[in-house]
Amino acid sequence: MKANALFTRSEMIGFAILACVIFLLLPAVLDTFRLNLFGKYLTYSFVAIGLALCWGAGGILSLGQGVFFGLGGYCMAMFLKLEASTPENTAIQSTPGIPDFMDWNQLTALPWWWEPFHSLGFAMFAVVAVPVVFAFIIGVAMFRRRVGGVYFAIITQAFAAILTILIIGQQGFTGGVNGITDLRTLLGWDIRTDEAKETLYYVNGILLFAVLFAAQFVRRSKLGRLLIAMRDQEDRVRFSGYDVASFKIFIFCLGAAFAGIGGAMFTLQVGFMSPTLVGIVPSIEMVIFCAVGGRMSILGAVYGALLVNWAKTTFSESFPELWLLGLGGLFIAVVMAFPNGLAGIWSEKVEPRLLKLIKKSPAQAASPAQQSTPAE
Amino acid sequence: MNTTNDKYVLRVEGLTVSFDGFKAVNDLSFYVEPNECRVIIGPNGAGKTTVLDLICGRTKATEGSVKFKGQELLEMREDQIVHAGVGRKFQTPSVYEDLTVFENLELSYPKGHGVFGALAFKRDAAVKTRIQEIAETIFLDGQLDEKAAYLSHGQKQWLEIGMLLIQDPELLMLDEPVAGMSVAERKKTAELLNRIIADRSVIVIEHDMGFVEDIATRVTVLHQGKTLSEGSMQRVQNDPKVVEVYLGH
Repeated sequence: MKANALFTRSEMIGFAILACVIFLLLPAVLDTFRLNLFGKYLTYSFVAIGLALCWGAGGILSLGQGVFFGLGGYCMAMFLKLEASTPENTAIQSTPGIPDFMDWNQLTALPWWWEPFHSLGFAMFAVVAVPVVFAFIIGVAMFRRRVGGVYFAIITQAFAAILTILIIGQQGFTGGVNGITDLRTLLGWDIRTDEAKETLYYVNGILLFAVLFAAQFVRRSKLGRLLIAMRDQEDRVRFSGYDVASFKIFIFCLGAAFAGIGGAMFTLQVGFMSPTLVGIVPSIEMVIFCAVGGRMSILGAVYGALLVNWAKTTFSESFPELWLLGLGGLFIAVVMAFPNGLAGIWSEKVEPRLLKLIKKSPAQAASPAQQSTPAE
Repeated sequence: MNTTNDKYVLRVEGLTVSFDGFKAVNDLSFYVEPNECRVIIGPNGAGKTTVLDLICGRTKATEGSVKFKGQELLEMREDQIVHAGVGRKFQTPSVYEDLTVFENLELSYPKGHGVFGALAFKRDAAVKTRIQEIAETIFLDGQLDEKAAYLSHGQKQWLEIGMLLIQDPELLMLDEPVAGMSVAERKKTAELLNRIIADRSVIVIEHDMGFVEDIATRVTVLHQGKTLSEGSMQRVQNDPKVVEVYLGH
């Protein structure tokens, strides 16, 4: 048992396979348009990884992760929008130099809280900090009062609804229901070209792996085992001398930070941010990505996001009305037949067979430790 | 480490808790000495478990005072009470079923209890030695890598006792430690408890009179949230009030 290592052997294999899929396979078989689509799907997997920690390990089901995805995305969009709104570009407006939607809403000056977003450094900081601060406030308010389970899920859902309404209502400050659109350049670099899209796809992939490593570190630390313990026997953890609320707040904030990064990468790759990505429906979809992947598995979360979104695009192109039914059916099927999702299918069905095959080949001196490492 | 020169480790005075007017514990007072094994007995609904809940902070008291080595426990958070040196075992075995026996014990090891402490926690030699030691005490050294879900009921009880032992509390509270155990397991548990209580104070709730006789220094009989009788096992057994409400049937 290599207890202090970051990976078990099968986890290491899993990470390597995912790296091959993201950095070699997908770019090789997809054209730029499709690659950009998959890049977009991968931004959702940032959220799903956070959910795998919060919900899968810690038992904290949040139905409002879209809030953090949206906040991260909006922070990035605000920077890009300011860069796109130079006085030259906006010369036809009655107030040149402010974003177009502000002009349409009779604003004559940039609101003070938009000012810092002229700086990319600040915007990148805010992409993580704003969701984390928000999650921290919710976390302190809920977990210190011992709100949990279904109540917590409902309250997070309410937050998703509130933020959507707020964004739509404050049209002059947020772009309203259209969101923040017509984003063009990042420090003068045009993000709409094919070349930029490919570069952004790789940046996204690298960030995804950074987040995966962080999540893996948490899972393998004592904190990861504590999360599982809290899920099973919260009182026992409390009476073993742990302040349970602070652990819940931490993991909820970490999930929010991951979601914020995903949101920012979404904005960069897709070129806009809108309230439809913040609300209840996307928040619940993100839980489905995580469930389909296998809610305990961080790698499964990535595959879940990819598979469900790929299916969504494929089916909704041909059967737009039936897609939601299909999504619902998929969710039910996963819960009924494969409660551990894709990760469960892999570790229960595929991997044992692969190991058997490897063992059969005489060159491989199979170690007994190989069998005893569960793949999650 | 008795800083107040107090003769008692635990002073419970005037403890009262009222649930919507029903006083589950009513003006209860008792005192526990160092190295004493106090057994609380009483009929169902007498408030035994509630007393432990009040001491460890799980239930908030309406009135009264619980002083542990001079510190007022009623004003402290649960985890602070644990760090002060009070350990609590629940009535139903509460172990982390998805984790191994080793991991169960490790999470109770008194180090890395903050968020960042837990992230930085290293499974070093000292931790491993201590876990091995405790596992031998609770007869589970052969099952360290097994998931707790696969243990028998009695073994889970032992594991939870072990999880408390590794914290080395000065006051250990056990709620029905032999409930649901076989006769052989009971004997082993009595042996285990006798070894454990040698260097700490213990409060035990138990129904099994034979077991109580084996371990008790003093016995408190609770009835309707109040002390009915207190003293040595023999004295309590011969108290006519106790015979009437509890032992008689």
